[in-house]
Amino acid sequence: MLRIKCPFCGYRNESEFSCGGEAHIARPSAAVSDKLTDSTFSEYLFMRENPKGVFLERWCHTSGCRRWFNVARDTVTHQIYEIYPAGKTPKTTIGKKAYQVNWRRKSKAEVASKYLKRTPK
Amino acid sequence: MAKSDLDRGSKAFARRSKRYSIFSLAKHAGNYHQEWQQAWRHAEPKTTYDAVIIGGGGHGLATAYYLANIYGITNIAVIEKGWLGGGNTGRNTTIIRSNYMWDESAAIYEHALKLWEGLSQDLNFNVMFSQRGVLTLSHSEHELKEMSRRVHAIRLNGIDSDILSPAAIKKLVPMINIDPNIRYPVLGGFLQKRAGTARHDAVAWGYARAADDLGVDIIQNCEVTGLRRNGNKITGIETTKGDIKTRKVGCVVAGHSSVLADMANIRLPIASRPLQAIVSEPIKPVLDTVIMSNAVHMYISQSDKGEMVLGAGVDKYNSYAQTGSWPVPEHMVAAAVDLFPFLSQLRMLRQWGGIVDTCPDASPIISKTEIKGLYFNCGWGTGGFKATPGSGHVFADLIANDRPNTIALPYSLKRFETGYLIDEHGAAGVAH
Repeated sequence: MLRIKCPFCGYRNESEFSCGGEAHIARPSAAVSDKLTDSTFSEYLFMRENPKGVFLERWCHTSGCRRWFNVARDTVTHQIYEIYPAGKTPKTTIGKKAYQVNWRRKSKAEVASKYLKRTPK
Repeated sequence: MAKSDLDRGSKAFARRSKRYSIFSLAKHAGNYHQEWQQAWRHAEPKTTYDAVIIGGGGHGLATAYYLANIYGITNIAVIEKGWLGGGNTGRNTTIIRSNYMWDESAAIYEHALKLWEGLSQDLNFNVMFSQRGVLTLSHSEHELKEMSRRVHAIRLNGIDSDILSPAAIKKLVPMINIDPNIRYPVLGGFLQKRAGTARHDAVAWGYARAADDLGVDIIQNCEVTGLRRNGNKITGIETTKGDIKTRKVGCVVAGHSSVLADMANIRLPIASRPLQAIVSEPIKPVLDTVIMSNAVHMYISQSDKGEMVLGAGVDKYNSYAQTGSWPVPEHMVAAAVDLFPFLSQLRMLRQWGGIVDTCPDASPIISKTEIKGLYFNCGWGTGGFKATPGSGHVFADLIANDRPNTIALPYSLKRFETGYLIDEHGAAGVAH
């Protein structure tokens, strides 16, 4: 049972909340919509970060103030590291790191370079 | 899929000495069962394999078995992080059914059910498959209509499904409460008589033993730490027991699919969630079928030991901790007591959670990837156990031929781009 500190109401049991899944997913920009591929839109609609470790996710205090906020939570220990407003990025070191390592925030070249070391010489 | 593949019969246990039979039982009884051979070897990894299956659960072991038995690829390793069948294979409520609404689902789950029907003979291992029937309840007018639609769709696919009235349900399940004044009264239900349960551990053991007999190396306590590739081709894997060269890697790791996909720079639409179950103290036989309910959101059966086995939906947030959150079992027990008032007298013995790989359309992914030689079989979410033989068979077919057969084709990862989803959310027996 999680005890989540709603930024507006204070500590409540998890049964009062709904989890909205991965935070910080931006809809592909309308400015490039004529260049939008099915693959880009599939990443936006369906593909999800699902880390074993710190996860940035959206929560809503459904049975309380009904307001949304973001949480940095470890998916193995369930420890909550940070609760921060919707639309903002995390402030703690752990939260910031989780924000940066997400493939959505990296260019294709950056993502690919991470895997080059796996290629044998 | 060529049906003749399965008709070729099992090549395992050709040496009759290793077969389990009444004669081997009698022979071993003579020396007080002291000399039974090991069911499978404790293999250490070789440096090279033709194919590596990551994940030693039911689906992974079944894949290895069918690869060896049907496709003749015997130089295979099954790599398991923990112990064999210690994940969701040993953490489920063992329900097997094929009454799915969409044609694509009917094809794969019915294929699995047909394999279940001959599995104990095929594996020479009693998986205790019991076709005790699965009864799904309806609690509202809307649900009755939806059920009727679903039943007809199921029957059109040649799968048995019968609608039952509350009186017929009471006759089949005398312990059920059909009082019209409870919160969710039983207004009807549909029954698949060929559905049932199996002994989940025996499924893992049976496949492991049969695969081992065909030469498959089952390597336990060995975690995969990286996938090696050369450009766009898989060249091997890195494990805690050293590197292994291979050109084909099949990932069958359920809740950890995203972790492996991340090693290969592949995106999956998977969210890992705990799925919980609980069992009561054992009691005398009271329930000889499986009951599922969508509205009250629980399913219940009685194990051969006499324990009442209860399960419900997934927890509401991502987790890799194999425990689960308390509000879920609390809700599950409340729902069960509403339908079976006698349950309130029982003490619950054990609770557990398995990490399941939920998919947006509640259907699995059996797919090639952008990387040649890397295959994924995941996304089974809350209902993978029932598909174990079918999943293993079509995945083996995909790995052996490097192209999906007609059953696996709709389950490609590409469906999340084409939009050809197989939405079983509403059609499943219990909401996911």
